[in-house]
Amino acid sequence: MTDITKKSLTQIVKAIKNKEVSSTEVTSAFIKNIEKSKKLNAFITTCLDQALKKAKEFDKKQKLNLLLPGIPIAVKDLFCTKGVKTTAGSKMLENFIPTYESTITENLWSEGAFLLGKLNCDEYAMGSSNETSFYGNVVNPIEDKYVPGGSSGGSASALAADLTPTTIGTDTGGSIRQPASFTGTVGLKPTYGLCSRWGIVAFASSLDQAGPMTKTVEDCALMLESMAAFDKKDSTSIKKNKENYSKNLKDGIKGLKIGIPKEYRVENMPKEIDNLWENGKKILKDAGAKIIDISLSHTKYALPTYYIVAPAEASSNLARYDGVKYGYRSTKGSNLIEMYENTRSEGFGDEVKRRILIGTYVLSSGYYDAYYLKAQKVRKLIKEDFDRSFKDVDAILTPSTPSAAFKIGEKKDDPISMYLNDIFTVPANLAGIPAISVPSGRDKKGFPLGLQLIGKTLDEQKLLNIALAIEKRSVFKQSLKKWWEN
Amino acid sequence: MSIDKDKIKHVAKLARISLDEKKTDSLTKDLSSIFKFIEQLNELDTKKIEPLSSILNEPLRSREDEINDGKIKDQVLENSPKKNEEFFIVPKVVE
Repeated sequence: MTDITKKSLTQIVKAIKNKEVSSTEVTSAFIKNIEKSKKLNAFITTCLDQALKKAKEFDKKQKLNLLLPGIPIAVKDLFCTKGVKTTAGSKMLENFIPTYESTITENLWSEGAFLLGKLNCDEYAMGSSNETSFYGNVVNPIEDKYVPGGSSGGSASALAADLTPTTIGTDTGGSIRQPASFTGTVGLKPTYGLCSRWGIVAFASSLDQAGPMTKTVEDCALMLESMAAFDKKDSTSIKKNKENYSKNLKDGIKGLKIGIPKEYRVENMPKEIDNLWENGKKILKDAGAKIIDISLSHTKYALPTYYIVAPAEASSNLARYDGVKYGYRSTKGSNLIEMYENTRSEGFGDEVKRRILIGTYVLSSGYYDAYYLKAQKVRKLIKEDFDRSFKDVDAILTPSTPSAAFKIGEKKDDPISMYLNDIFTVPANLAGIPAISVPSGRDKKGFPLGLQLIGKTLDEQKLLNIALAIEKRSVFKQSLKKWWEN
Repeated sequence: MSIDKDKIKHVAKLARISLDEKKTDSLTKDLSSIFKFIEQLNELDTKKIEPLSSILNEPLRSREDEINDGKIKDQVLENSPKKNEEFFIVPKVVE
């Protein structure tokens, strides 16, 4: 029998619907892979027995008209799951067992899926390499000793290594798209407000957005359809009708206008990234799209803006970790204030502390106008750049990342060089617009590289269609030797 | 704006994070370079620009002020590191 874990989500769903395979068989096959994957360190928590039980229950009473019938799914450990430990990659939440379920995971379960486990990520999603996790770094299945990207690094690694048929991540500055690009998978950050934030451990609330990470564009459409819904528990959730992304998915982009922003051609851009981008343009042109040069003149200021806005919101969101209501508490300190200070000092890792301090500083009395207000003004300019461009083009094509996956430890001690990883992904978060990374080529080492498509607010369908056109015509094909199983 | 050790200590106090000398030194170094990077924004004249207040095109919804949950005291207390049946327990705050 062919290995079911190598199939796309859509193929597995079809096989279950046609009763060619049972949910129990599918689940057992993924469990077998997970049990051999310790070297990747992709999981923080597994729920294998519970998943098998759910699969058996499903097989007894098959509900085949659902979108994700009997599909086991591992999710980023930032989504609260009722009764299952949720750590956000932090020591602070080492023993936190939510008494509620996040809306997004609830949506997946109500479409017939169930939880396979919780995936490693950077601490509170702050990082671009999964090295800030309290639970150790994740390894990229592409090659040993290389990072899978971050912050949804465990998700990307597990997906590429066939440990889960699909997964979900969160993207505040590139945390879905960058790891997708590093592992040869598809990752979508939806429009801000399309997927509910309720029950997701908060990082930067005006930027955070959950999204699918999948093996194919078709899978991505199916997952988005299962996740996206209005949620009254999230005050920024967009009220709109449900869309049928997978049914409306089509490879037909004739006449669409694709913008190429000149500012994304950054200094010292590696030749292979440039080639990837040129090749992407050629593919779209051959498929009937029109390529148009555009300018997003404030691109250069996106990262500095992000490193004010995101830490500011994080410092405020993370004020809740005080050692009283939930989470870690230090045993040191003779009074309440000392207890707080020691709890937060011992419970948070270095990168989180760094960002809390940046955020506290830019919001502190006397500095607010110079930093935070300034950043919100520049954020407006960045958003206006996009608004203006989308009058002329349907979508924007850029590389997803300035390089392929790098070595574990390579950038760990230099925060700025780590931050520069997100140079192409951050602008879409600041503008609240959707963006997808689709695997499109390889660097000279043979590591995967992704192209990014950025779209208008709520224009996910068009982005998926263009991504499909690239996927169908690109030479990229995932082929991994399972070295980690030895 | 330069970042010195005293500023880091002050901000750490505001953020309720205790730092030893070594950590204070390394954070002073890190934040100095990060703020140098951030301060590129000063190249832009933004005097006439309205700051962005919401990324959504529509204003935030307001909801009816009604009770729709409650009576979940056990759930609220469940994850507390120190509690009794009724309360969160903290170090003594009044003598």
